[in-house]
Amino acid sequence: MNDITPDEHSPETDPDHDPGHYHLRLYVAGQTTKSLAAMTNLKRFCEQHLAGRYDIEVIDLMENPQLAVGDQILAIPTLVRRLPSPLKRIIGDLSNTEKVLVGLDIRPKADQS
Amino acid sequence: MPDQQANPTLPKAPTGIEGFDDLTYGGLPAGRPSLICGAAGCGKTLFATTFLVNGATRFDEPGVFMSFEERADDLAANVASLGYDLDGLVAAGKLAIDHVRVERSEIEETGEYDLEGLFIRLGFAVDSIGAKRVVLDTIETLFAGFTDPSLLRAELRRLFGWIKERGLTAVITGERGEGQLTRQGLEEYVSDCVVLLDNRVEDQITTRRLRVVKYRGSSHGTNEYPFLIDHEGISVLPVTSAELDYAVPGGVLSTGIAGLDTMLGPGGFHRGSSILISGQAGTGKTMLASSLADAACRRGERCLVFAFEESGDQIIRNARSLGLDLDQHVAAGRLRFEAARPSLFGLETHLARMHRDLDQFRPQVVVIDPISALRGSASILQATLLRMIDLIKARGITAVFTTLRGDGSLMRDDDLGVSSLMDAWIKLQNLEANGERTRTLYVMKARGMSHSNQIREFLMSTGGIRLVDAYIGAAGVLTGTARLIQETQEKAVSELRLRETERSLRDVARRRSAIERQIEELRAGLDAAQDEEERLRAEDRLRAARVEAERQELTARRSAAE
Repeated sequence: MNDITPDEHSPETDPDHDPGHYHLRLYVAGQTTKSLAAMTNLKRFCEQHLAGRYDIEVIDLMENPQLAVGDQILAIPTLVRRLPSPLKRIIGDLSNTEKVLVGLDIRPKADQS
Repeated sequence: MPDQQANPTLPKAPTGIEGFDDLTYGGLPAGRPSLICGAAGCGKTLFATTFLVNGATRFDEPGVFMSFEERADDLAANVASLGYDLDGLVAAGKLAIDHVRVERSEIEETGEYDLEGLFIRLGFAVDSIGAKRVVLDTIETLFAGFTDPSLLRAELRRLFGWIKERGLTAVITGERGEGQLTRQGLEEYVSDCVVLLDNRVEDQITTRRLRVVKYRGSSHGTNEYPFLIDHEGISVLPVTSAELDYAVPGGVLSTGIAGLDTMLGPGGFHRGSSILISGQAGTGKTMLASSLADAACRRGERCLVFAFEESGDQIIRNARSLGLDLDQHVAAGRLRFEAARPSLFGLETHLARMHRDLDQFRPQVVVIDPISALRGSASILQATLLRMIDLIKARGITAVFTTLRGDGSLMRDDDLGVSSLMDAWIKLQNLEANGERTRTLYVMKARGMSHSNQIREFLMSTGGIRLVDAYIGAAGVLTGTARLIQETQEKAVSELRLRETERSLRDVARRRSAIERQIEELRAGLDAAQDEEERLRAEDRLRAARVEAERQELTARRSAAE
């Protein structure tokens, strides 16, 4: 789990910490073109739409194959929205921003409160 | 691995499914993917599970079950009734189950992707237990979860290539599609071995069938073979050997009826032969067969009776009236009845059950009563019986078939007979004459032995079955009362003759004593004549002496005078 982005909030244990907080997990398999594209796209996307209220966990299944079962991963890359619930899966290199928005069900922070 | 095709013998992975390994000469191709396809409910998952469980328990080949439909719990529960303990095998590290859930609604596609995750999961599961076998059930579900079929096809092609590369023996199941074997045409990718399962309903009777559609690099049985799914799992009715190469067991089997044994040259039927008992209703077919069964059991052999018209208990009760105690044989485990209505299953299923029962019970004698109860078209019946006989003969079992049709045909207006398949044929006939019916029996044929060509009358009583020689004379064959009358008449005639002879003898004796008497009289006459003769001779001598004496006296006187 050495790819996990430093995250002091630990949203798993404290989901109500911030209802607008996005806990995202990106599953990749090695440093493939698609994986790298997905990572770049995800970071850019989060900075644009979720600045300050997200954390990203990148899991390389080449190193931790046992983790694929838990989140029912088939396609690579897969982005899993752990929080807010419900759980969502987005597959592909995240190049289609519109679909990512729909998939992650992104709302501006202002709507939350 | 790619070189395997050039090998003279393709390595095979046995499935442990009874019959299937015979018909594929060893099992599925080892280290390659095989496709098992069929409509819903025809046993694909069970086939795949059996393949894995047998691999883990019998062939020391651990396996991975990747289920795209059923959850691991359901899977384990479904096969628990067959005695498969999936959870135990998982705990022992011999089986890994991975349930792959594909939910379209949860997945959003946002660009390029591949199915590397599936490969990683499978690879991980395989590596974790050192699996040699893999089941993917049913991988076509993926097509419902992802929108890009061309990408899926490419990935599946890669997956099957990967399976081959890893040397995994894989079973891939696929749902039957319109116009092709599977909905997504998986048979294009899995080209090494394709098995088709089928569940057909004809005349409201379901028969499961299995066919090996293709098997690259190996010969295989090409027919549709019936298979069974029941509490003992899957079993395929194996190839009926097209060759007639079974070993013939030696020895002669007594029928248990003294009179019948003496009609046959060696004193009974050859072991391992098929015997047909034909006759109309009430001619005693079942009882004759019961006698044979009883005789076998009393010799300590096992006998299996397939009854299609009566229950086992009923046969036992009826046989008791002949003084046969079949109950004791059942209790001793030497006799077993398998009673089932012919309409309960299709012919194929009957055959498959029969096959299984034969292998389990291992009888020396089998009774099938009656074959005329089996329903179906003539050609199918003929084929079924042929295979039934093959099945039995290949095991060296003596078979007794009864049939209601007196002429040995299967149906009315049908010249396809079963008689030519049989080694021996006993024909029972009721003869009607003089207001009564009598049971008669004769041996129509008995291959490989001399046999009596005579009609015998047979009697069924509490003492058992007894054969009586029928009266054969100038008036024809007489049985029953007619035979008795004839016999009485003959007796009367012979008594008359006896008395006449005695009278003649007495006459002769009388004549003889008369003659003897005459002889006596003559002899007395002769004696008298002899006496007379002697007396005359004596008188003659006296007279001569007297004449001499007188002459001498005269001479003396004359000399004195001179």
